[in-house]
Amino acid sequence: MVKISMTVNGKNVEGEVSPRTLLVEFIREHLKLTGTHVGCDTSQCGACVIHVDGDSAKSCTMLAVQADGSNIITIEGLANGEEMHPMQAAFKENHGLQCGFCTPGMVMSAIDLANKNGDLTEELVREGLEGNICRCTGYHNIVKSVLDGANAMKAAE
Amino acid sequence: MSDTGIGAAVRRKEDFRFLTGQGNYTDDINRPNQTYGYIVRSPYAHATINSIDTSSVKEADGVVAVFTGEDMQVGSIPCGWGVNNKDGSPMNEPFHPALAQGKVRHVGDQVAIVIAETYAQAKDAAELLEVDYEELPASINMENAVNGGPAVHDDIPSNLCYDWELGDEAEVNAVFDNAHHITSLDIVNNRLVANPMEPRAAIGEYDTATGEYTLFTTSQNPHVIRLLMGAFVLQIPEHKLRVVAPDVGGGFGTKIYHYAEEAIVTWAAGQIKRPIKWTCERADAFVSDAHGRDNLTHCELALDADGKFIGLRVYTKANMGAYLSTFSTCVPTYLHSTLLAGVYTTPVIYSNVKAVFTNTVPVDAYRGAGRPEATYLLERLVDRAAREMGIPQDEIRRKNFIPTDAFPYQTPVALQYDSGDYFATLEGAQKMADVDGFAARKAEAASRGKLRGLGYSTYVEACGIAPSAVVGSLGARAGLFESANIRVHPTGSVTVYTGSHSHGQGHETTFAQLVSDTLGIPIENVDISHGDTNKVAFGMGTYGSRSLAVGGEAMMKALNKVVDKAKKIAAHVLEADAGDIEFADGKFAVTGTDKEMAFGDVALTAYVPHNFPHDELEPGLEEQAFYDPNNFTFPGGCHICEVEIDPETGVTEIVSMSAMDDVGRVINPMIVEGQIQGGLAQGIGQALLEGAVYDEDSGQLLNGSYMDYTMPRADDLPSFKVGTSETLCAHNSLGVKGCGEVGAIGSPPSVINAIVDALWDLGVTDISMPATPQKVWHAIQDAKMAQAAE
Repeated sequence: MVKISMTVNGKNVEGEVSPRTLLVEFIREHLKLTGTHVGCDTSQCGACVIHVDGDSAKSCTMLAVQADGSNIITIEGLANGEEMHPMQAAFKENHGLQCGFCTPGMVMSAIDLANKNGDLTEELVREGLEGNICRCTGYHNIVKSVLDGANAMKAAE
Repeated sequence: MSDTGIGAAVRRKEDFRFLTGQGNYTDDINRPNQTYGYIVRSPYAHATINSIDTSSVKEADGVVAVFTGEDMQVGSIPCGWGVNNKDGSPMNEPFHPALAQGKVRHVGDQVAIVIAETYAQAKDAAELLEVDYEELPASINMENAVNGGPAVHDDIPSNLCYDWELGDEAEVNAVFDNAHHITSLDIVNNRLVANPMEPRAAIGEYDTATGEYTLFTTSQNPHVIRLLMGAFVLQIPEHKLRVVAPDVGGGFGTKIYHYAEEAIVTWAAGQIKRPIKWTCERADAFVSDAHGRDNLTHCELALDADGKFIGLRVYTKANMGAYLSTFSTCVPTYLHSTLLAGVYTTPVIYSNVKAVFTNTVPVDAYRGAGRPEATYLLERLVDRAAREMGIPQDEIRRKNFIPTDAFPYQTPVALQYDSGDYFATLEGAQKMADVDGFAARKAEAASRGKLRGLGYSTYVEACGIAPSAVVGSLGARAGLFESANIRVHPTGSVTVYTGSHSHGQGHETTFAQLVSDTLGIPIENVDISHGDTNKVAFGMGTYGSRSLAVGGEAMMKALNKVVDKAKKIAAHVLEADAGDIEFADGKFAVTGTDKEMAFGDVALTAYVPHNFPHDELEPGLEEQAFYDPNNFTFPGGCHICEVEIDPETGVTEIVSMSAMDDVGRVINPMIVEGQIQGGLAQGIGQALLEGAVYDEDSGQLLNGSYMDYTMPRADDLPSFKVGTSETLCAHNSLGVKGCGEVGAIGSPPSVINAIVDALWDLGVTDISMPATPQKVWHAIQDAKMAQAAE
């Protein structure tokens, strides 16, 4: 077992994990932050996307020990109480989710996309979400949500 | 219209919890003293199990128990629908064990469960299980299976589940003998994997104090699971079995069925007296979730000289897989052949369906279930017939549409359509798709070396499943009603308990709109509760676009009872006759006076009945209703797809997808559009990208992961043009029809017809789904070779 510590959603956390423990397992099983989901076993679906030191990452593709000392944000770390992050609000406003299972990863990827691109276009969003699979929405409203959310994030700066 | 009532695009009440990571899916639940189960599955398509040695597993770290089929002697997992053969004899219905009994019949078949303190320990220990398999030859392909292939079940050497028919073959053949023109097609309806993003999961639990079992499961219909598992597999009476389907991450049909794993964890929890959690990994989901579609069809359409359809005959082989999943048998028969009239006046129709066992994963309903298969073959035939006879695509359809004044319309294949206007949806879709401008767009594309095509699909489907009397007469072993309970609390807020189940459809919002609209109370004062057999009286669940048309109607019936009772209470307080009480905008008023009482005051009075005449008026305000529909509902519409193909690469780009659908009255247009968009994506997925591929010798699923099975991604799809055009359902109070499946039902033939349109001048007359770049490129090359040879 290996001792690790990291900052998750602004709080210092510690844990003792087996070296093979995936970061997503640590987040879900040890920290009980179940908003981060697992939808596949080949790092394709993106339901587990979180932010590690400011970059989006598939938490099923990292070992927990690799995240030792990192600053991590999960879907639970975005809203301020009842007040949602502008990207979360845009998903609600534009009906960018249905069953909600891919949603946490989709929102985390969308925020990273918005952070890293000056002006998002529909084409950029569709390309940027290649690593996030949604089976419900057909992506139409997700694309609208991300474009709206990115604008709202810019306006809030 | 209020801003939260019927017709308003109310933003969803459920979104906050999903967007903030507070959803409560089955795998998010952890029970005290919980163990973890790992299911060992067959690596072979067909094999005898000579022996299983569990001794090393039992000694492994953390292992609590291991069970095989020898330990778990329980009932057969039942099929919910009996279909008879042509000669009236019942279908072949093989035993469906939860854990293999001496034989495995598909890759992924359940062989054992290893239970340990952690999931990693269970999975590690499972590696130590020694199963002595003797591999047997397998029937993978349906044609081989029915032509002397190895028997999937020893007692069914023909591999036929049933050989069923609808219609009078001789009568239809006579029409074909005198037809002016006959169009024939061989159709493959490709095998699909539903792939809801949440993998299936189940937690079984046994309470030694009460003798009660609890199953948390990823289900679209917890009461159905309780009935099937309790009564047939494990013999646990309903009052000792609670089934909870909490937040469920998508279903699309594949979470309707009662699965072996649910029975395994429930039974095993009773053995070890501790909760057991099982969560499916995606690789296992590919070989254990019921697949969809998989039909081979030969079909022929007879036309007169004027292009009128005079007869249709359809011969289908439908893959059942290795065992009969819950609704598998009704999909290619009663959900398929009864839709073969489509939106047309074809007077005589014959359909024969042979259901075939193969050594593959069971096949069952997937979004649309039978109706996409019917629509696909019909719309491909119509498209081809129009080309062969030189009739424009819209003209041949208008010529054969059921006239708008002909409803109710009795088809020759059992259904009676209550309402529809196919001319309106065709015209609406043509406008959205700018069909008039297509010739110019095609010419412009040609100038860039690209091939443009435009394809139509005009369709009807039957949903709002279903009138119990009708389905009962056709072999359904259940009723298909729905229940609702409206509990008005003392301060006037309301909890609705519905037998429908939401797994993405937004019921918590749409249903609350019905309550808000009917009772005149703020939508914030309404909560919708579903998915727990200990809370909801009964429910048949959500599938077949039935939640609003059946579940919503049950709710309306219960709401009307609430209003009736509330009127009596108001009449008592206001000292008037109940007949003189009018209810509007949340207020009960005595007609012709200024005496009135708000809904909340009536609610409070109901629970503070200090001077009630108790022999006439019971305290409390809570009503329950069961609703059984009078008929199916019949949404319909027109989908028009425009594609651009690069002949150098064979890549098909969907440049425009237009859908004009009549789903009856729209309660929440935002949610309806979302449902249609999602359906379109799955239809386009079937047409262009998806298809489960088995190795025909080994029976291995060759594309059992997201690296291999092409799920539609954001950059595979266009933005959609979606519109609705209403005719009201004539037999329910809301006038609603259903919108969950129309996108997936209508769209696939429009995509393929568009590709054929683009390639027709090159000499390509047909392309099968999925129309991958490789397939399209080969079709173009083959056509060029053939032309060069001429």
